[in-house]
Amino acid sequence: MTNLREIHGLAALDKMFASARAQGRAAFLPYFPIGYPTYQESLAAVEAIADEGADGFEIGIPFSDPIADGPTIQAATQVALENGMTVQKCLDAVRTLRAKGISQPMLMMGYANPLVAYGTDQFVRDARAAGADGLIVPDLPPEEAAMFADSCAREGMALVFFLAPTSNDRRIAMAAEHATGFIYVVSLTGITGARAQLPTYLTDFIARLRSRTDKPLVLGFGISTPEHARQVSELMDGFIVGSALVRAGGESVAAVRGLAGSLCEAIRG
Amino acid sequence: MTELYIRRDLTDLPDARGYFGEFGGRFVPETIIPALDELEGAYADAIADPSFHDELAHLQRSYTGRPTPVSYARRLSERLGGAQIYLKREDLAHTGAHKINNALGQGLLAKRMGKRRIIAETGAGQHGVGTATAMALLGLECHVYMGTVDIKRQQPNVFRMKLLGAEVIPVTSGSRTLKDAINEAMRDWVTNVETTFYLLGSALGPHPYPMMVRDFQSVIGVEAREQIQEMAGQLPDACIACVGGGSNAIGMFHAFRDDEGTELIGVEAGGHGIESREHAARFADLDISRPGILHGTRSYVMQDDDGQIMETHSISAGLDYPSVGPEHAHLRQMERAFYTMATDEEALEAFQVLSKTEGIIPALESSHALAEAIKRAPTMPRDSVLLVNLSGRGDKDLDTVIGVLGS
Repeated sequence: MTNLREIHGLAALDKMFASARAQGRAAFLPYFPIGYPTYQESLAAVEAIADEGADGFEIGIPFSDPIADGPTIQAATQVALENGMTVQKCLDAVRTLRAKGISQPMLMMGYANPLVAYGTDQFVRDARAAGADGLIVPDLPPEEAAMFADSCAREGMALVFFLAPTSNDRRIAMAAEHATGFIYVVSLTGITGARAQLPTYLTDFIARLRSRTDKPLVLGFGISTPEHARQVSELMDGFIVGSALVRAGGESVAAVRGLAGSLCEAIRG
Repeated sequence: MTELYIRRDLTDLPDARGYFGEFGGRFVPETIIPALDELEGAYADAIADPSFHDELAHLQRSYTGRPTPVSYARRLSERLGGAQIYLKREDLAHTGAHKINNALGQGLLAKRMGKRRIIAETGAGQHGVGTATAMALLGLECHVYMGTVDIKRQQPNVFRMKLLGAEVIPVTSGSRTLKDAINEAMRDWVTNVETTFYLLGSALGPHPYPMMVRDFQSVIGVEAREQIQEMAGQLPDACIACVGGGSNAIGMFHAFRDDEGTELIGVEAGGHGIESREHAARFADLDISRPGILHGTRSYVMQDDDGQIMETHSISAGLDYPSVGPEHAHLRQMERAFYTMATDEEALEAFQVLSKTEGIIPALESSHALAEAIKRAPTMPRDSVLLVNLSGRGDKDLDTVIGVLGS
């Protein structure tokens, strides 16, 4: 089957953010690693989340040494590797998901080394051909990204960069200039437990970013409950849920569906 | 004796982006980039400040016991019947290894930056001990990440670190060795970057670490170059050092980089032999080792076809690492340094030979460098000179050696 989507890459992401904005909410961009707990179940998990109404996806490519991930995702991606996952199989997964009719934007998320080993130009071309819309590499700051930037531009694929509350004005300007699709905002420490409101350092940081860029801002920082989702939905253009969905994935596809459903409901009110 | 404890020339690499030719750089999460910028700035500021040099020089003399001597290995040289072998005695530095040079340098820098929480990784435990020691001296809080495999094979060092007031945090992920300890230390740094100084122990990781660690270790070569000329009346025909991440080797090589007559030889861990695939010889087994990205730097990395990092093997924990400092990759590419390997068995043999002929029990890491000297010396004329960096003492390895050889 071919991919029946009419728009791809950056245009698909732009449309996704515009549509969420029109509904007065943030886009929900869940992360799920391919191959956890098994290859088939990971595809079923992504399908279930798509059914529940996620706006887009980060499709995780496992790596043996994920320095930016906490214990939940480390353990899950380790299982995925033991299940024989490769970069190629992750691209196959995207192709399969597109064939099953999933039309939301998908970004490939993986550490630099496996992509370098695959060949960066080749990876971007193959990811685009499989139906992916962009690329997120957590250990690739803008100054090292030349190896991906040209091919992403050529293929119309998003190349997302990160900002953190530690980022100074120079870093903010660099990400604002080079990121395409959106900017991934991470915080130093996750929110734990329900809070009445977001920490002020975060709202201040977002305000600082808004004054310097009009690129969409997507937050990823331990958002795990519908209450968190409601709070960030007011502040952000999008948000990512990773570990909580992966934990649910360790239980069952039904648990993933349940959590994704409650998160979607929270932001759609 | 020289007063220079940090050797730096304007022409030295890396470039402004932290590259040694095509190796190096900064492949790390954005969260820690500002911390690397801050570190780079603070380091540049420190080495431009004579009082920083004075303070480090004072500690290196009065605390570490520098300069460490060079010893002529008379009986070993006679037995081999070729080149005269000289040993740079980093095993005589306080804590018993060269790691203290870098730990004191970075420790002083951390203090200058006002960071009071220090984290470090350790493989053999020598960097952990060096860091714990320096932090006890400087009054800073110290947490050391160490893989559980290494904890098991380096018990005496684990106890030393605890005695010195450091917390040893066991790492159970991945291969549970040095690489995983670095992963955990980086995760800690990502989370606690505002309060924490990451005291990285080898000449690897993101810029400025490979440069900074080299600079703090360059005292080895600066001293040795002067000492060998006094003792042997000439520069060495070759300098030999073991290479895990490569800090003792780069510290030795740096001072000799312009001495065209001096061959620079790095010795990697050949483990059970190249064919076994159980080794850490990143430059010797190009079927499974090629340029890649690990722990924030571009260098040679042992990896499978899919770019997943491979588990390595060496009898010496300090060499058991799947990548190598980027400057070594560059020196090899430029053909300025030559890299070879010694197997576990050859290192164990060298360990025993030096103990019996010279009364020096070397670290298993350093025994790899000795193994190369033992191979090479008989093929060289008697008036030639080999300088071996004896990077550490072997007491920490007795359990391992007893396990293999029996008591």
